[in-house]
Amino acid sequence: MALLQLSEPGESAAPHEHRLAVGIDLGTTNSLVATVRSGMSVVLHDDQGRPLLPSIVRYAADGTREVGYEAQVHQSLDPRNTIVSVKRFMGRGLKDIAHIETLPYDFIEGEGMVKLKTAQGVKSPVEVSADILRALRERAEASLGGQLTGAVITVPAYFDDAQRQATKDAARLAGLNVLRLLNEPTAAAIAYGLDNGAEGVYAVYDLGGGTFDISILKLSKGVFQVLSTGGDSALGGDDFDHRIFCWVIEQAKLSPLSHHDARLLQMRAREAKEFLTLNAEAPITAKLSTGEFVDLKLTTEIFKDISKTLVQKTLGPTRKALRDAGLTPDEVKGVVMVGGATRMPQVQQAVGEYFGQEPLNNLDPDKVVALGAATQANLLAGNRAAGDDWLLLDVIPLSLGIETMGGLVEKIIPRNSTIPIARAQEFTTFKDGQVAMALQVVQGERELVSDCRSLARFELRGIPPMVAGAARIRVTFQVDADGLLSVTAREQTTGHEARVEVKPSYGLSDDEITSMLKDGYNHASDDAFRRALREAQVEAQRLVEAVQSALKEDAHLLSTLERAHVDSCLAKLQTVLIGDDRRAIDMAMDALSKGTAEFAARRMNQSVQRALAGKKMEEMENL
Amino acid sequence: MTIFDLETVRQDHFTLFGLPRQQGLDAERLEVLYRDIQARVHPDKHAHLADSDKRMAMQWATHVNEAYQTLKDPLKRARYLLHLAGHDVKLESNTAMPTEFLIAQMELRESVAEAKAAADVDLLDDLLRRLRKEVRAEFDHLREALDAKQLDRAGTLVRQLMFQEKLLQEIDDALACVDN
Repeated sequence: MALLQLSEPGESAAPHEHRLAVGIDLGTTNSLVATVRSGMSVVLHDDQGRPLLPSIVRYAADGTREVGYEAQVHQSLDPRNTIVSVKRFMGRGLKDIAHIETLPYDFIEGEGMVKLKTAQGVKSPVEVSADILRALRERAEASLGGQLTGAVITVPAYFDDAQRQATKDAARLAGLNVLRLLNEPTAAAIAYGLDNGAEGVYAVYDLGGGTFDISILKLSKGVFQVLSTGGDSALGGDDFDHRIFCWVIEQAKLSPLSHHDARLLQMRAREAKEFLTLNAEAPITAKLSTGEFVDLKLTTEIFKDISKTLVQKTLGPTRKALRDAGLTPDEVKGVVMVGGATRMPQVQQAVGEYFGQEPLNNLDPDKVVALGAATQANLLAGNRAAGDDWLLLDVIPLSLGIETMGGLVEKIIPRNSTIPIARAQEFTTFKDGQVAMALQVVQGERELVSDCRSLARFELRGIPPMVAGAARIRVTFQVDADGLLSVTAREQTTGHEARVEVKPSYGLSDDEITSMLKDGYNHASDDAFRRALREAQVEAQRLVEAVQSALKEDAHLLSTLERAHVDSCLAKLQTVLIGDDRRAIDMAMDALSKGTAEFAARRMNQSVQRALAGKKMEEMENL
Repeated sequence: MTIFDLETVRQDHFTLFGLPRQQGLDAERLEVLYRDIQARVHPDKHAHLADSDKRMAMQWATHVNEAYQTLKDPLKRARYLLHLAGHDVKLESNTAMPTEFLIAQMELRESVAEAKAAADVDLLDDLLRRLRKEVRAEFDHLREALDAKQLDRAGTLVRQLMFQEKLLQEIDDALACVDN
C-alpha cells in the first residue's frame, strides 16, 4: 500500500473515493439500471447492447432460472412458470388483484401477500422481484467493474407502505444496499429539472405498465419540493392491453381460452396498442391452439373508445393532486410525461386538454426514471461535486391511521405530509396490570377501517403493570425518508420503553426474509462469506473516510480527551479493516459510531446555527 | 455561544428559524430558512454516513418539518402561540360560539350538501371561494387579538376557524366525490 498519495487539486485523492452507485427503475414491464459516469447519467446496457430488461422471470422445470429476454421467449409456451408484471403483486393480497381469472399462475390460497406455485417451488413476489434486481446488479457490477456501494430503487409515488417494504425486502434479497426508495415521478422530475434548469411548478404524469402516478412539484433554486401526489397503483398500460384483449374475444366470438392462448392474445393486444402510437390502424392476427383464427383490425377510433374510461380514471387523481397542492391547472408551468403508456395519443390528448398546454415529451419516457434515480444515487453515495447539489423533499402519498373503537380510523399522519415526519399519540391501559396492547395501523383516506388497507398490527409488550388507566403510553409513528413507517412506544410515567412487534398484513416477517436470504446464499454461485466480508470492509472504509473528513473540518468541537478517544476508535477500525475478521470489523465500526455520536450531534447543531447566521449575514449585506 | 441543539429547538419552533414569537410572519423568510436548514439536516445529506448519523439526520429533519408546518399554517401557528402562552383553547370542551356565526355556518353547510347532491361543481367552487374569503378576514382579527394578548378572544377565533376549516375540507371532499 502506498504510504503517500499525491494528487492534483480538484482530483480525487484515491480512485476508490468514487463510490459505485446506481439507480434502478424496477418497472412492471421493463426494468433498467443507470449510473453517473463522468458527470453524466447513463443507462447501463447488457452484453448485447440492450438497455431494457423485461421484468419477466421464468422458473423452468429443469431448474434453470431465466430473467429478461430469455424468459420473455417462453412467456406463452410456459405461462405458469413465467412470471410477468410481478410488480402488481408486490405487497398485495389475492383479493387485490384485478382480472385474476385471466392470469395463468397457480396462486396459493391464504392470508397476506400472494404467493405463486412454480416448477421451482413457491415464490413470493418479493423473491421474483429480487431475481430481476439481482440480474440488474450483476449487469452493473460487470459494467462498472466493482461492487456497488448502494442503489436507489424507484417505486410508484402512490405505493403504500406494504408495497414499499416489499420492494426494499426484494433489494435486500438481491444483495443491494438500498440508499433510498425514490418515487418514480420525483426521479423523473430530477432528471428533467436538472437537464433543463427548470424553475416553477411542474406536474409529472407517469403512466407505467401497471401503475399511475401524478405528482405536483415546485422546483426552486436546487430544491425539488413535492407539493402533492396522487394516483392509482393498479392502473397502467396493462389495463389498456386488457381492454384490447377483451375486445378481441368479443369480436372474434372466442370460446374460453387456454392459458397459452390467453397469453398469446395478450401479447398481440400489446403489440396492437404499440402499433397504434404511430399508425391509424393495427392488424391483430393469431392462430389459436383450438384451430380458431383471429384476424381483426383495431382502429385508433375504436381503441380510443374502448379505453376512454381508463384515460378518464387518470384525471380524477390529477384533479385531486392539484387541489391538494392548492393549485389550478393554469398555474402549472409544464407537464412532464413519463412511462411507456404515455405514448398513446389519446393519453397525450387528454392530458394536453386538461392542463391547457402541450405535454413535455423531450425525455425518453422509458429511461427518465432510471436516469433521475442514478443522479440521486450518486449524490446519496457521497460523490457530489461542488455546486452539484440539490435537495429533494418528498411526501407520503396516503394517510396513515389507527383503528379505534367500532372500526373507525383515527388519522395520525395526513397524506401529502413532507417526510420524514413523526406523530405521537398517547394511549392508556383499560385493565389492571395490563402489560401488552395492540394497534392496528391502516393506510388510506376513508373513515372506516374496512375501506382502508391494513398495514400491520403493532403489538406493544413490556408495559409496566399498573392500575387500569394509569399507564400513559406514548406511541410514536415515524415515517422515514423512504416513506416507511416504524413505531416506538414508551410508558411516560416510568419512562419504560415498550417492545414493539410488527405483524405485517401483506409483508414478509423478518424471519421469512432471513430464511430467504439463507436460501439465496446456499444457491448463490458467488461466495456468500466473501461477499459479506467485502461489504463490511466497504462500509467500514466509508465510515473511516467520513470520520476523517469530519475531523478535518470540525476538530475544534472536541476536547483533547474526546479527540483521543475518537482517534483510538478510528485506529482500531483501520487496523481490523484490512483483515478478514468480519465480527471484529463490525465491532470496531460500532465502537467508532458510538464514539462519534456526540461529535456528530455537535456538528449538526453547528451546521443549523450556521444556516441562521448565514441568513443574518445576507441581511446585513443588503442593508 | 447559545446552546443550539435538538432539545432546545424542540422547546420553541420560533427559535429554530430565528423568528419573532408572533402571529405576523414573513412567510418568504420562513421558507428560505426552512430550505436552508433542511438542506443541512436532511437524511439525503447523510445517506453515506454511519447509521447513527442517519438516525440523527432523520430526527432533525422530522423536527424541522414539524416546526415548519406548524409555523407556516396560520391556524396551527395561532394554536401554537396560545400553547406557548399557556392558554388552553379547550377544543373538546368549549363549543360555545356566537349564534349568528353558527347560523351562517349551518346555512353554508346545507348549501354544500345540496350542491354535492346535485353534483354541481361550479356551485361547490363558488362556495369554496366565499368561505375562503371569510376565513381570510377572520385571520386578520386573530392576528390583532394575538398581538394585543387578548387570549380568550383569540381562543374563540381559533375555535371558529377550526370549524370553518373543517367545512372547507368537506367542500373539498365533496368536489373529490363529484369527480369520481
